[in-house]
Amino acid sequence: MTEHRTPLGRVRGLGPSRSGTEDFWHSRVTAVGLIPLTVAFVLLVISLLGRNHAAAQQILGTPLVAIVMLLFIGMSIYHMWIGMQEIVVDYIHDEFWKLVVLMTNTFFCIATGLACVFAIFKLAFGV
Amino acid sequence: MAGIKAPERPLSPHLQIYRWPLPMAMSILHRITGGGLYVGTLLMAWWLIAAGTGPNAYATFGTFINSILGRLILFGYTWALLHHMLGGIRHLIWDSGHGFDPNEREWLSFATAAGSIVLTILVWVVGYLYIGGAR
Repeated sequence: MTEHRTPLGRVRGLGPSRSGTEDFWHSRVTAVGLIPLTVAFVLLVISLLGRNHAAAQQILGTPLVAIVMLLFIGMSIYHMWIGMQEIVVDYIHDEFWKLVVLMTNTFFCIATGLACVFAIFKLAFGV
Repeated sequence: MAGIKAPERPLSPHLQIYRWPLPMAMSILHRITGGGLYVGTLLMAWWLIAAGTGPNAYATFGTFINSILGRLILFGYTWALLHHMLGGIRHLIWDSGHGFDPNEREWLSFATAAGSIVLTILVWVVGYLYIGGAR
C-alpha cells in the first residue's frame, strides 16, 4: 500500500511518551512548587515525632496543615508520575512492556495519591 | 546474512571505563533518589492511612518506623528527599541557562552532595532533640 502521509505527519505526536513538551514543563512547575512544600512537609513530620495518635490526628486535621499536605501529595504524585514515565521510556524499549509499565505507573500513582488524599480528608472532616 | 561476521571494531569506552565526574554521579543519583522517593510514597500513604484509621493502626506504624529497620528506611528517605530537592534546584538553575561553566558545574554538583548530607544530619539532630532522645 502506498503511504500518502508526509514524513512530518507520520512522526507527529509519536515521541516516546506520545505527547509534546507538556510533561517537561509540568515537571518543572511541580518541582518549583515542591521546594517550599517539601520544607513544610519535613517540618511537619519533625513536629509529629513521638506524638500519639490523638495529637497526630488533631494536627494533621487542622485546615492549614491539611491543605499543605494535600498540595504536597498532589504535586509530588504528579511529579513522580512524570518522572517514572521518563525513566520507563528511557530504559524499556519493547513496545508491549513499555505500555504495561506505563499503565502500572499511572495506576500506582492514582491509587497512592487517592489513598493519601482520602486519609487527609478523613482526618480533617472526622467521621 | 548468515555466515558473514561483522569485522571487529573498537568500542567506545562506556560508564564502567570513565572515572565518574561529579556532575555525572549527581545526575545518576538524582534519578535513583527519585525512584526511591517513588517507592517511599508508600510509607507516607501508610502513615496517613494509619492516622486516619485509628490508634491501633497508628501504633502499628509507630512500631515499624521506630524499629532499627524503620529508622534506617526513614533516614534514607530523608536523604533521598533532600538530595532530590537540592538536585532539582540545581536542574532549575541549569534550565534557566546558568551555571554551565566548568567551575560552576562542579561547585553546584558538590553543593548538592554536601548539602544533602549536612541537611539530612541537621534534620535528624533536630528531630532527636525535639522528641528528647531515642525511645
